[in-house]
Amino acid sequence: MNEVLLILGMMLVTFFIRYVMFGASSRITLSPDFLSALRYVPPVVLSAIVVPEVLLSDGALSVGVMNARLVGAIAAIVISYVTRNLLLTIIVGMAVFFGWQSLIVL
Amino acid sequence: MLMPLRIAALNWGRLTRIWYHSILGRMSLSPTPPLPHFPTPSPSLSQEFWTGARDIIPLVVGAVPFGIIFGTLATNNGLSSLATVAMSAFVFAGSSQFIAAGMIAAKTGWLLIVLTTFVVNLRHLLYAVSLVPYVKTLPQRWKIPLAFLLTDEAFAVVIRRYELKNEPKEKSSFKHWYYLGAALTMYLNWLLCTLLGITLGQMIPDATEWGLDFAMSVTFIGMVVPYLKNKPMVISVVVAGLVALLTASFPNKLGLMLAALLGIAAGVLSERVLKGNNNLTGDNL
Repeated sequence: MNEVLLILGMMLVTFFIRYVMFGASSRITLSPDFLSALRYVPPVVLSAIVVPEVLLSDGALSVGVMNARLVGAIAAIVISYVTRNLLLTIIVGMAVFFGWQSLIVL
Repeated sequence: MLMPLRIAALNWGRLTRIWYHSILGRMSLSPTPPLPHFPTPSPSLSQEFWTGARDIIPLVVGAVPFGIIFGTLATNNGLSSLATVAMSAFVFAGSSQFIAAGMIAAKTGWLLIVLTTFVVNLRHLLYAVSLVPYVKTLPQRWKIPLAFLLTDEAFAVVIRRYELKNEPKEKSSFKHWYYLGAALTMYLNWLLCTLLGITLGQMIPDATEWGLDFAMSVTFIGMVVPYLKNKPMVISVVVAGLVALLTASFPNKLGLMLAALLGIAAGVLSERVLKGNNNLTGDNL
């Protein structure tokens, strides 16, 4: 892993995204279709990361009560849906995950 | 009967409403920032700065655990302490930093991490677009730092400040100082929390072993769920999740890119189909 290239690259693409519209002021207009497609980016990318993290264990699908990550994730989804509170979601999700994991070990 | 598909001709008013809806939905995760309140009718430059710094505090507090978790995870996943701090200092984009940390653990090459960062941070383009009317007259020496410091949290408080313009005391020509105050507070806090996390990570070197990396998953879940307010959003997320699962064995996390692209396509497409039906039958989305 080349850390310098990694950070330089991440810095450049992130700054470009944040700056391009400011720099161009009103000279660039983005099409409404493109902007409305952008709204899907954050939830889509995040779920594409989370789903395999939660459901795969060593590359194999693991759906069931023996998967503590799945149980923790379900708890997190419920808490997030009900409370819309990010911090509470993390705390409860982690607590359920750790609790369930220690139950499995027993 | 086959209904003719209407190409979505979004007007700006509708689009603005849609995207505020999603942004406000996001912000409801954290305490709502208070409305700016100034003691005197015409706020001075330093009053703007400090009011901005104060107004973002609830959101700054919300970011504290993420900075700490990021610092802990990144160093545990094999990023050097220096690179971890540098990432917070120079990239300054929480979700993409988390994802980078995850990809480093999966031994992904730097170029693919950069590409993923681009995709994840594209949402900032939306924020920049809505801020352009207010910053376009500023000189470059302002535009560059303000763009660099643009985050979800800064946007949420700053846009409120800019949009309050009907009352006399809101007619301030120093609103960019408010922006700077808010954004800089967020920045310094992020840096500090990253340092705290790195220290913590050195105290518990096997954080990943006992499952701290799951903190990233629950964090993302808590960020995704509030988006799921209409069918197209749900469809796009389900498609992305399924594709990611099916392509998990692809090399270099290429499956992630594929999942993201197909998820976005599914959302846009179903939005159009549902809007077409909606216009013809009056059903709600």
